[in-house]
Amino acid sequence: MNQVIFEKSIPGRSAYSLPACDVPARKTEDLIPNQMLRANVAELPELSEVDVLRHFVGLSQKNYGVLSGIYPLGSCTMKYNPIVNERVAGLDGFTGTHPSMDCPGNLRLMGELQAMLAEITGMDAVTLQPAAGSHGEMTGLMIMKAYHEKRGEPQRTKILVPDSAHGTNPASVTMAGLQTVQIKSDLSGNVDLDDLRAHIDGQLAGLMLTNPNTLGLFEVNIQEIAALIHAAGGLLYYDGANQNAICGITRPGDMGFDVIHLNLHKTFSTPHGGGGPGSGPVGVKQALVPFLPVPTVVYDDGSYRFGGDNPDSIGKVRSFYGNFAIMVRAYAYIRSMGAQGLKAVSENAVLNANYLMAGLRDFMKIEYDRTCMHEFVASGLPQKEQGVSTLDIAKRMLDYNVHPPTVYFPLIVREAMMFEPTETESKQTLDALVETMQTILTEAAENPELVKTAPHNRPVGRLDELKAARKPVLTWDQRTP
Amino acid sequence: MKFTQQHEWVKAEGEIAYMGLSDYAQKALGDIVFVELPRVGDSLIAGQSFGSVESVKAVSELGAPLSGTVTQVNETLEDAPELLNEDPYENWIIQLDISDPGEWDALMDEVAYEEFCKNAH
Amino acid sequence: MPTSYIPNTKAEQDEMLAAIGVAAVEDLFADIPEAVRLRRDLNLPPARSEGELVAHMQALANENASGTCFAGGGIYDHFIPAAVSEIIGRQEFYSAYTPYQAEMSQGTLQTIFEYQTMICRLTGMDISNASLYDGATACVEAMLIAADVTRRNEIVLAGAIHPEYIAVIKTYARFRNLRITDEITDNCAAVIAQNPNYYGLLEDLETIGQAAKAKGALFIVSVDPISLGILETPAAFGADIVVGEGQALGNPMNFGGPGFGFFACKAAYMRKVPGRIVGETTDANGKRGFLLTLQAREQHIRREKAGSNICSNQALCALAATVYMSIMGKEGLRKVAELCLQKAHYLYDALLATGKFAPRFTAPFFKEFALTYTGGDIKTIYNTMRDNGMTPGIILPDNGLLIAVTEKRTKAEMDVYARSVR
Repeated sequence: MNQVIFEKSIPGRSAYSLPACDVPARKTEDLIPNQMLRANVAELPELSEVDVLRHFVGLSQKNYGVLSGIYPLGSCTMKYNPIVNERVAGLDGFTGTHPSMDCPGNLRLMGELQAMLAEITGMDAVTLQPAAGSHGEMTGLMIMKAYHEKRGEPQRTKILVPDSAHGTNPASVTMAGLQTVQIKSDLSGNVDLDDLRAHIDGQLAGLMLTNPNTLGLFEVNIQEIAALIHAAGGLLYYDGANQNAICGITRPGDMGFDVIHLNLHKTFSTPHGGGGPGSGPVGVKQALVPFLPVPTVVYDDGSYRFGGDNPDSIGKVRSFYGNFAIMVRAYAYIRSMGAQGLKAVSENAVLNANYLMAGLRDFMKIEYDRTCMHEFVASGLPQKEQGVSTLDIAKRMLDYNVHPPTVYFPLIVREAMMFEPTETESKQTLDALVETMQTILTEAAENPELVKTAPHNRPVGRLDELKAARKPVLTWDQRTP
Repeated sequence: MKFTQQHEWVKAEGEIAYMGLSDYAQKALGDIVFVELPRVGDSLIAGQSFGSVESVKAVSELGAPLSGTVTQVNETLEDAPELLNEDPYENWIIQLDISDPGEWDALMDEVAYEEFCKNAH
Repeated sequence: MPTSYIPNTKAEQDEMLAAIGVAAVEDLFADIPEAVRLRRDLNLPPARSEGELVAHMQALANENASGTCFAGGGIYDHFIPAAVSEIIGRQEFYSAYTPYQAEMSQGTLQTIFEYQTMICRLTGMDISNASLYDGATACVEAMLIAADVTRRNEIVLAGAIHPEYIAVIKTYARFRNLRITDEITDNCAAVIAQNPNYYGLLEDLETIGQAAKAKGALFIVSVDPISLGILETPAAFGADIVVGEGQALGNPMNFGGPGFGFFACKAAYMRKVPGRIVGETTDANGKRGFLLTLQAREQHIRREKAGSNICSNQALCALAATVYMSIMGKEGLRKVAELCLQKAHYLYDALLATGKFAPRFTAPFFKEFALTYTGGDIKTIYNTMRDNGMTPGIILPDNGLLIAVTEKRTKAEMDVYARSVR
């Protein structure tokens, strides 16, 4: 019935359990002036505890998690979120800590996590403060801008971004008060070096690169690119969205990158939470350390403390220290895996992606048909020409209880379908996915209506996006019954 | 009627110009859900962005076809953006008091624009 | 090297390599130039088994201070019903991706729609987004919208704003060329107030709001959501945008994060709102459903022209808040606020009665207040109490203490507090 919780509310019903007031009660009006008191109580729903739990359990059953089945969303790294990490992040000794408390355990965890992330990425220092990947991007770009300003080159405001990049990259550039200049990809999916050279001038602040890029391809010219940018006085920014392909194989710091961000909710297995919370640590090379947000955790005299106070710091980008509970999970993950485990993660992520690509190649258009890293881009263009779009194919996948790949991204590939199986899927689930895709493409050819009207067995059919955008209904109270 | 490379049309009535979205543009965008209008009195420079048109999953910048001052905006589009799909040439977006009539020459006429659209694929 | 999280056996890996047509995994990395290959093991501590890991993590947790918490300053020790962790612990919620595939994500989408409705009812505003990183960045996003719609570049911080928020606002302001000023001029984009303010005091929102309006600036109010159980909505005082830290609604303190920033505003700013928004619609059969809407505002479509670069919302924390508000209901949230108010005033009186504290302010307060310690160095008493399992508050400059009292604190705990400062 899709009833919202407000429809289930019964006046006078309650689920709360609160202590009686154990101090002598005074009249509210004697403590707070009347005009500051609420005229009408906030209309939160009134239900019993069973009502509330059934409501939300019912809603959870209309969702799909990593333990529901394969989740091959390209660029999102939907890997298994180890249960034990959830368990340890819930320890009272972590969850019950207030940011003003003396917490040597938390400091040690953060200090060690900073060091481990620096080692994994080849950076000199790391801040854990940014709350998400995009927040990390913005932080890294602010650091770059502050660096150029400090060196007396405030005119360096131009950030080069490849056309295959995620929209967050240019949006973060704007947030940091810089300007985006888009550069082209060449026919093999790498940065077009001629176009790159043509855009280098005295205004260059830096280049933002994802490597492997959003096509799942490694920038084979990375050393040359780094040399070009550095020679022109620019800095190299690494978007760590695809770090899952390279742990223990290569390091952004060794490739020549000066600033990086990581998504702990991707490579480091912390759950996506239905859209957050994430965590987006930023790592930098030595020359940029003075500009890091404050505070960072520093080690001296045998213990960890908050420090890193520096007059050149960009300041704070979030309250307190970042999403600590997410750091706990990522820390636990790295401590579970060790160096060899992390390398095995990347090896198997790349193996799984290439195996899946090999399985799909026989009947799907693969956009850049060369060895991929941890993900690859297929295109539904041949089907589109027959009248069935990539969106239709994705919606049909829902009927087979498989989460679709990332669709219509990257923008430079028409009818894109971007698959990232991750290392936590087995050969059997990949084989099953290939079989499902084959079934759906056969359906698309033989019974296109079936695919174009999918999904058929989900809690709702395909939803009307146009109606939602033209006459937005964003709360229960905005409805016109 | 003249056209810009950003698929906008312009029509002049003396010093006053009306601009809107071409049929090609509204088809390419699909169902339009929102038009971000400038404010009356804003001064525009030819080629620079002054607003945008949104469909469900795309957004297109509106660029000033000519330099000048915005004298009117079509407020009915705020509640009924679909008018741009239904009749793009009847529903103008802004009215402009143009400051440099010489800029007209840079715009395409109907024949040239048709050719331009053919090559846009 | 298979681990417990990597399923494929050596035999399966060999089969897969054969299907790909390469001899070894190493061949898949041939695109990476040798000069940048890492030809050594990462220098990381050795892998631990599950049992060893749990023991290690428990040992770290045990190193932290614990016990009765009277510290607040934006992060509060409120009671969390068991139902909250039961729901957010379901993998269908916590491990799901952003609900772009709406038909497979109705659970997440409907809970966000319900969250948006509850935040609007709490704050009195028209619309809410799906949440932002935290209270400080929610303030920043509101500030950026104000600068955009007013085309002005001055921001006034009215009254005592949280110092962490001021620090974050200053960082963003620097990079967006906004100026923090003291006077509301004709170039003022927004006046930002916090209620209760950093010292727990209630601000005269009506007067501040009128001063903002008089100059055509937007009025932004950051609030403690628990206080709205009894305090008048910011909407009633003319707020254009209401933001705040939502941690107090069903989320543990977690050393300051994650919680979530809530963001609610007047309908007029709908197309400027940052972050994700869920809307109601129907499917082909007219059945009600929910989806992410107004996406053309967002970074993945608008790229460098987007008003904000935010991608994520703090969905799981917002879900915790939604379950919390559902369990509390309209009567429960009012009672929580009432208990905080009564208990805070009890401790305030009890501490003044010791003769070791002097008041700092006279304005009315809600659940938090600031005092000056006159019995010696505040750090001495703070450390003694900490070692006895109590965090007495947050130390302020000039021997001050900022003390928060939630409904969890008991009369017995407060009596111990008062005795220990005598």
